Amino acid sequence: MTGETQNRNREKVLSIKDLSVNFKTENGLVQALRRVSIDIPPKQIVGLVGESGCGKSTVINSILRLLSNNAEIIQGSIHLQNKNILMMTSTQLRAIRGKRISVIFQDPMTSLNPALSIGRQMTDIQYRDQINQVAKRQRAIDMLTRVGIPDAEKRLKSYPHQFSGGMRQRIAIAMALIMEPDLLIADEPTTALDATLQIQIIELLKTLQKEFRCSVLFVSHHLGLVADFCDQVVVMYAGEVVESGNVRDIFHRAAHPYTKRLLECDPARIKTKTRVLPTIPGYIPDLVNLSDDCIFKDRCHVKDNKCPLTVAPLTELTPGHFVQCHLSQEGENL
Amino acid sequence: MTYYLIKRLGVAAITVVIAVSLLYGMIHAVPGDPLSVVLGPRATPEMKAALNKRMGLDKPFVIQLGTFFINVLQGDLGTDVFTDTSVSEIFFGQLPFTVNLIFLAIGWSALLGIPLGCYSAVRRNTLIDKLTGVFSVGTIAIPSFVVALYSLLIFAVWLKWLPAIGAGKEGDFMDQLSHLLLPSFAVGLGWVGYLSRLVRASMLEVLGENHIRTARAFGLKESTIVLGYALRLAILPTVALLGVGIGNMLSGAVFAEIVFARPGVGKLIFDSVITRNYPLVMGSVIMTTILFVLFTTVADLISAFLDPRIRENL
Repeated sequence: MTGETQNRNREKVLSIKDLSVNFKTENGLVQALRRVSIDIPPKQIVGLVGESGCGKSTVINSILRLLSNNAEIIQGSIHLQNKNILMMTSTQLRAIRGKRISVIFQDPMTSLNPALSIGRQMTDIQYRDQINQVAKRQRAIDMLTRVGIPDAEKRLKSYPHQFSGGMRQRIAIAMALIMEPDLLIADEPTTALDATLQIQIIELLKTLQKEFRCSVLFVSHHLGLVADFCDQVVVMYAGEVVESGNVRDIFHRAAHPYTKRLLECDPARIKTKTRVLPTIPGYIPDLVNLSDDCIFKDRCHVKDNKCPLTVAPLTELTPGHFVQCHLSQEGENL
Repeated sequence: MTYYLIKRLGVAAITVVIAVSLLYGMIHAVPGDPLSVVLGPRATPEMKAALNKRMGLDKPFVIQLGTFFINVLQGDLGTDVFTDTSVSEIFFGQLPFTVNLIFLAIGWSALLGIPLGCYSAVRRNTLIDKLTGVFSVGTIAIPSFVVALYSLLIFAVWLKWLPAIGAGKEGDFMDQLSHLLLPSFAVGLGWVGYLSRLVRASMLEVLGENHIRTARAFGLKESTIVLGYALRLAILPTVALLGVGIGNMLSGAVFAEIVFARPGVGKLIFDSVITRNYPLVMGSVIMTTILFVLFTTVADLISAFLDPRIRENL
């Protein structure tokens, strides 16, 4: 590693470089991620958006090294400060999981162990700390109180099924933050909750992020929440990062046609009364038989004879705003 | 948990009452006259009438059933027609032999089968997993009396390591234990296969659940995850199966008892059915039924202890 890259990594909490992941399936080799690069600066909230199947979960599972057995990391690196997670032994991995990187999963109904009390689960994850059980319990109580579980001391004995969905997600947040991680991964933490709860959970995450001064990788397909919550946004399509930049770049100066269409599909942006919600016609390309062309060409609404339809290089439009499209260079309204 | 315990014991009591009533009715419907069996073909009508009265067979069925229940509650299961000793004395004399056999058999097969199943699940599709699979299906497929005969032939007749038949001298623990080894091997071998297959299947299911992914994402040790987090849930079907299995074996270990010429409940029932020893059949079958319900109840209580969700659903 050169001195220059080391420097750059030091500024980032997490740095994913050129990550490619394949899955071996019965239908062939699925190229789930291709040359994905994502940087997460300290104390920043990075949103990861894209439709289902675009590789958001694969990114998370790669960071946590929880990919299924049929997955194969072809190339790339994931640096946590200056250590490559992809080169870690299982002991080294255990040392960072839950301690320096922790995660809140999508479905609070199934992500906690149903047979163990939440007190047990919250003290178990502190197993690395050489403090006594009483201190661990107290830390769990403090954390539960902090996320808004009333009467936390008594509720330590309760089991997950005795809490509502919103409460369970609060418990999951408490578990994720109890070890004060550098990076919190939130995998669609509000998708399984109703609208009012979503706002509450996001508000809670916002406050806690400031208090714990951690970075957050926020995965969601709820654009409103991303706009509200995130500092940076990464847009993925069919296993590639098509655009990334700060939240204003993405929401006000979107350059990739996919990002634009995605924003048009956000129901909150629809001004006129309509019975037909906008969609992006077409489907994501078959990730088994990929051509060398631009991945969005079949669904692109701006391609014309000016576009060579080949894979565009990643271009920096304005500092920090990257896009992968031939027609976006001018930054004009497409 | 206390509330669950009370409710579950209530259910058990109701089950016993219904099962015993059905059994009592069925035994009455079995062809064959107990009086001629007891008194022989040359009994006079007076002798028959006297015995009929003594056994209470002249009263209506419901009264007989009611009397029977009252007697059972007082610990009186009736009197053996041949030896005139009390049925409960005979039954509880035989019960320890069977209970020892069953618990030794289940004990060793669980100690081998459950870890084997866990190991296969954690190391899925490895060579050891596949070998375990073949071994398990093999042990399930071989009937226990075949295992009994061959183990008798090999260990008792050829190698002369272990005694062949009987239950051992009374009061001599080592002698009784050595007499238990072959029968418990024969009875338990199939269970090794059952348990390892069942544990493997439920373990694989549990290991695929989201909360296990959470535990991994929080960096818990693999041993904590498998033994503390997953096995607690994966063992539930096994606990239920063992409850039913042990209950069944009370009378179902009859093969092993006959092959090894051991005393025991299965053999007792078998012999008393053959000789149409009415009160003895009745008493033993009812006691095994009660014990069966007891074992399944204990299994349910263990499940409720392991999984809090079960406590709230009865």
